[in-house]
Amino acid sequence: MALRMWASSTANALKLSSTVSKSHLSPAFSISRCFSSVLEGLKYANSHEWVKHEGSVATVGITDHAQGHLGEVVFAELPELNSSVSKEKNFGAVESVKATSEILSPISGEVIEVNTKLTESPGLINTSPYEEGWMIKVKPSNPAELETLMGPKEYTKFCEDEDAAH
Amino acid sequence: MSLSRAKDLGLPLMNLVRLKGIPILEQLHLEERLLRTSSHNWCIVNDGTDVPTIVMGMSGKPAQLLELGPVMEDRIPVIKRFTGGGTVIVDKSTMFVSLICNKDDVPNVQPYPRSVMAWSGSLYGDVFNGINGFQLRENDYVFGDRKFGGNAQSIIRNRWIHHTSFLWDYNVRNMAYLKLPSRVPQYRLERDHTDFVCRMKDYIERSDFVEKTIKAVGNQFTLKQVNLKDIDSYTKAENNLKTTRLLTLEELEKAMADTS
Repeated sequence: MALRMWASSTANALKLSSTVSKSHLSPAFSISRCFSSVLEGLKYANSHEWVKHEGSVATVGITDHAQGHLGEVVFAELPELNSSVSKEKNFGAVESVKATSEILSPISGEVIEVNTKLTESPGLINTSPYEEGWMIKVKPSNPAELETLMGPKEYTKFCEDEDAAH
Repeated sequence: MSLSRAKDLGLPLMNLVRLKGIPILEQLHLEERLLRTSSHNWCIVNDGTDVPTIVMGMSGKPAQLLELGPVMEDRIPVIKRFTGGGTVIVDKSTMFVSLICNKDDVPNVQPYPRSVMAWSGSLYGDVFNGINGFQLRENDYVFGDRKFGGNAQSIIRNRWIHHTSFLWDYNVRNMAYLKLPSRVPQYRLERDHTDFVCRMKDYIERSDFVEKTIKAVGNQFTLKQVNLKDIDSYTKAENNLKTTRLLTLEELEKAMADTS
């Protein structure tokens, strides 16, 4: 079952009513500093992208932590279908506020689908970063790369430490 | 601040490049190359550009942002740059300041747009200290409610650039090439360009602005002047992907045709 935490600062960033849901909290996850949702079942890169690996397809997007820090996304630049992506290399960019921010691929492979909804609705990256805001689907060329990514607990701590350092 | 004092304080190094009248396309290509292929921090100051030029952000759509008929008739160059943000028309009266930083050399700034923007607002707060009404308002530098500086950024893995075009002065006629954009800051209300912007020359001397900017940057970095001709030695040849480009006449014609 997916574990979700929505905290007030994230809700504020998305202009939702400010509520904190504690109904699905696991003691393993501290909410003292983490104000973004992190899902079970996904893997995470330290550049704040997520990967969902299902069979021979890996879906990639940016995390709730990332979208909250970026602000309102107004444009997404995505790769061409059938192009190649490489682990830790840039595959696209998003524009938010006045900035372009590059998106790095957590894995290597061939792009087999691109989320065309993001052309007209780039804000899906903000409102639904793990579902409707997915960016690309990849046929992984080296599935072992997934083992080098962080799990949910590790990523949660990573975000906490990163925010605490500033 | 003296070099010895800066070294004592352990400030990170920043290379300072002072230019005058360099074409904006060349400046943007230089910035993109330094962001992507150098590991140094850079401050680039370009005092004016050579010819009036329109510069759009990464996602800019010419038909939505420009009065294409007059732009093409008057052969105004149109550039799409690698950073985000809006559309400006720049000329010899525009001053440009660009800051390219390693995120680890500015550890109190997270590599995200709002954090970088806040840091820049604080830096320029030092530059315009004593000038009434200066503030970073939403994402613009203003005196009161009138914009004189427009900002844009690009953030990559471990580095970012924050660059600004300052309206030292401007030609009202040039503003007519720009449409009122659909995305505007709230404080703009419904003002047209001439009621929304102001001239920096009415507030500060040109040389004062440059020297105070360099001094403000020098409070956070140890500055080392680098000549344009020596920059190649600081960059790598590979990964030199340029996304900033001049739009062709055919592209502008197609943009106009697609809307009619």
